Amino acid sequence: MSVFKDAGHLFRFAGLFVLAFLIFLVVRHFVVPKSFGQYGHYRAAAMGEIAAHPAKFAGHETCEGCHSDVADKKSKGKHAHVNCEACHGALFQRLPVTDQPKPNLYERFVALFIPPPPPDPPLLRHAEDPTSVKPVLPDTTVLCARCHTASAAKPKGFPQVVPADHSSGMPCDTCHQPHSPGMDAAAAPDATVKAAGGAK
Amino acid sequence: MNLNRRQMLILLPAAAIAWKAVLAGTPEEATNYTMSDHWWGMLIDIPKCIGCGNCVRACQTENDVPDGYFRTWVERYHVSDWEMKNPQDIMTNPLTDPQVISPDGGKEGFPVDTDTSGKYFFVPKMCNACADSPCTQVCPVGATFVAPDGVVLVDQKYCLGCAYCVQACPYGCRYIHPAKRVADKCTLCYHRITKGLTTACCEACPTGARQLVDLKNPKDPIHAFLKTHTVQVLKPQMATGAKVLYNGLDGSVR
Repeated sequence: MSVFKDAGHLFRFAGLFVLAFLIFLVVRHFVVPKSFGQYGHYRAAAMGEIAAHPAKFAGHETCEGCHSDVADKKSKGKHAHVNCEACHGALFQRLPVTDQPKPNLYERFVALFIPPPPPDPPLLRHAEDPTSVKPVLPDTTVLCARCHTASAAKPKGFPQVVPADHSSGMPCDTCHQPHSPGMDAAAAPDATVKAAGGAK
Repeated sequence: MNLNRRQMLILLPAAAIAWKAVLAGTPEEATNYTMSDHWWGMLIDIPKCIGCGNCVRACQTENDVPDGYFRTWVERYHVSDWEMKNPQDIMTNPLTDPQVISPDGGKEGFPVDTDTSGKYFFVPKMCNACADSPCTQVCPVGATFVAPDGVVLVDQKYCLGCAYCVQACPYGCRYIHPAKRVADKCTLCYHRITKGLTTACCEACPTGARQLVDLKNPKDPIHAFLKTHTVQVLKPQMATGAKVLYNGLDGSVR
């Protein structure tokens, strides 16, 4: 054992290294999120968190579940490929924020320097509660003009008009039914409404 | 407990394997969704776009995009007759033509064009879902990444808000969220596509100019489309592996 005779200081130093490495491992265990590195250099759990956001647009299949009469009428007209929420928008209400997840140590530390953003309020959708979330009928003067106002940039075959010349300010639904906008009776079943308004 | 050397040699690796399994955990993922089965992208059919701004408004509603910031926006290009006759001018003076406008991201439509000469067209823009994304490569903390299903995402709990990625994106698709102070961008409606819905912009597009495509799904109509059409990506010279495919893209689009 003569090799180790005067090597005590080296062992103490090596011991310090081992201790520091163990402390590093313990700290790393608590600081690095569990899913970090599962698929790459990022936190895999983030994908689940992003995927958990509430969807606001329900999708036309949801609307057609109840409004099959409108869906039938629309499927025969020129607007067959226009989805419900393209015109009616996403129908939802924000509810008051109730229970908040408790911030962890890191989040509380960050909050000292950067105020946390307001929490996302939960949603109530028209499809879930049709009575309390009521749709507002879109104003056709504004709505139709968004797509059908004449512009050189629009495709040539797309039906477009100069609204002021075309209807002189009258709402579009005086003559056209938005769910099936053609002017001939075959395409639009609601011919009676049209006859009442002054067709141009 | 007395262990001899042989037992110890067997037990130690077994314990290490067991501990690794404990540490791994599982991310909370949407049920019935397998990431490796998808490779998401978008098809933008320029000849169908009417510039109504429905996609911009739908995106703002769906993703709570603050006013003045855009995850998707629509540009209107105007290439004048003069420019089409003098294509060399774009080399010598690239700032003259084409004229590009995008008032409020095209959210409320576009002003009526007074100069009717030349050609006009709309170009919807968004995150190009790059497979070799420059924005993910510069992140110093691993807060942005290309998910295994091909969507570029931001981990907003991890993001520092340093904005390196905002500068790195060649398409200008990222911004720093003014309230959250972290990077924000199009997620290709990740919360919707993982549940079997299409994106909000595709749902709201009245002409079908935007279509969500799953390049790994053999039944996706994109494969039939690609057999009969030629598509282009933006800035192909940057080799970003963009998966937003443009049909009928004009050469003047930058």
